[in-house]
Amino acid sequence: MNIQRESLRDAYGEELARLGESDRDLVVLDSDLSSSTKTALFGRKFPDRFFNMGISEQSMVATSAGLALSGKRVFASTFAVFLMRAYEQLRQSICYNNVNAKFVVTHAGITVGEDGATHQIVEDIGIMSGLPNMSVVVPTDSVETKSVIRYLHDNTNTPFYVRLSREKFPVLNEPDYEFMTGKSTVFREGSDMTIIACGGMVSLSLEAAEILKTKGIDARVINMPSIKPIDRKAILKAAGETGRIVTAEEHSIYNGLGSRVAEITSESYPVPVSRIGMHDTFGKSGKGWELFDYFHMGVSDIARISEELFREESKYETVS
Amino acid sequence: MVLKDYTDEEIRRIAYDIRIKSVQMVYSANSGHPGGSLSVADILAVLYFREMNVDPEVIDQKYRDRFVMSKGHASPALYATLSMRGFFPTDLLTGFRKISSKLEGHVHYGVPGVEASTGSLGQGLGIGVGMAIASKLDSGSNRVYVIIGDGEIEEGSIWESFMAGSKYKLDNLIVILDRNGVQLDGFTDQIMPMPNLQDRIRSFGWNVIDIDGHDVSQITSAIEQAKKNTGKPTLIYARTIKGKGVSYMENNPKYHGSAPESEELFHKAISELEAAA
Repeated sequence: MNIQRESLRDAYGEELARLGESDRDLVVLDSDLSSSTKTALFGRKFPDRFFNMGISEQSMVATSAGLALSGKRVFASTFAVFLMRAYEQLRQSICYNNVNAKFVVTHAGITVGEDGATHQIVEDIGIMSGLPNMSVVVPTDSVETKSVIRYLHDNTNTPFYVRLSREKFPVLNEPDYEFMTGKSTVFREGSDMTIIACGGMVSLSLEAAEILKTKGIDARVINMPSIKPIDRKAILKAAGETGRIVTAEEHSIYNGLGSRVAEITSESYPVPVSRIGMHDTFGKSGKGWELFDYFHMGVSDIARISEELFREESKYETVS
Repeated sequence: MVLKDYTDEEIRRIAYDIRIKSVQMVYSANSGHPGGSLSVADILAVLYFREMNVDPEVIDQKYRDRFVMSKGHASPALYATLSMRGFFPTDLLTGFRKISSKLEGHVHYGVPGVEASTGSLGQGLGIGVGMAIASKLDSGSNRVYVIIGDGEIEEGSIWESFMAGSKYKLDNLIVILDRNGVQLDGFTDQIMPMPNLQDRIRSFGWNVIDIDGHDVSQITSAIEQAKKNTGKPTLIYARTIKGKGVSYMENNPKYHGSAPESEELFHKAISELEAAA
């Protein structure tokens, strides 16, 4: 496994600035966080097409709608937690009008770290997934982030929510990887069970799979960047072939990746599912990677919970 | 399609026709918002039958003028105006708020001529800011018109957009404030007093023009003045009467969002409007 770590938001800023060279209709907005979200890279290169709306998220989102309704391709950024202030603008001005505007947010989840609970949003995937016309993507590394931004720009004309983190994450994808909505990638083959993860939890899940291997458990690991639409086929294939699924996300276990996987399996191919994530709680200050252990979402937790599910289900199978 | 030059009197009659159709739609749906539709009828008549460069035959021409009804509950007046202007047949107005129709209760993007869905207050002005920025980026000569309500300006997002309009020097953005003094729960002066409102908006960097919002020639000259204004956006402070033209609806908060309760009241409304026209 490649352990080089790269920033997802740097990747976003670089890709956006590159796309701006050939697309004169690409416009970018931010709410006073452009040096952190990295939209400043675009802003320095194309000041006429960059709009810093101030600390006014509602204004940023409504203005995005107006620009998109006039034929511009819009990318708008702030921290994930602050975009939620403009939920209703996203609902009515963006999603109901079904415009071509992409909201790429950074500093999502607990890896925001030291800033603490006020800044660590763990419910946003659920909030955004509930919006009709909105698609939701959680890239796992810098390669995937660039590919997502390129794909959304080139191939889509509807609203998207792209969730990035503050921390650098290990580069897991090959350089020629190409993202597609609704598609997942098997990062590790396995037949005893499957761990489905997104974002920063993917690399932790791969490490957990190595621990499971030493215990004789052969776990498949799937990277699931597209939360909505989701790769239903890959989920049902994993259910059918491995019989047990663990989900891992830097988000509440409610209304995120785990909930989607549980919905799909229970509707079409019921298998035991264990969800790893935040258990209906706020985050706290600490170093980003320390918090994974604190909230029982670290490598050893994923391995332990996976092993428990594996043993429990074996027991369950012997009953019938 | 070139629009004929209507006289002030003809525009005034068109406004009354918008009012009559609005009341018919609300009565037929047995729900909707007559008060705020009756207050903006003259403004819509001037915009769509005199000032705005729009063409029902070529709806999507790039440099058309844009209109956003930020107070999206005034849908009856906007739908009536668009149908009378030729965007869709007027007989479709009877479908308002009904399941078989595209004429949603609040202004809906799927209706020909509508530029943006609105209904939740405080968002249409921001949409207008985005449209005006886009027009500047394209070096277009088109303008963006937005009607906002005076209850709506209690939304903080309106003031965010006032800031943005000023920052980006959107002299192609012309906002008309429907200053009718009434909102759902009562009178704006009691719900959330805003003394010196014109000064407040001016202090946000806007050009403000104070007019009688039912006077066709004043509406026209304010828009012409706004068009000549450069370097900052304009807000036309249009003093209006909520429920204008129907005696029992005028200045009555009850008819912010209620249909005439009886056939008798409906006919009274229509006959008063016909007499005034």
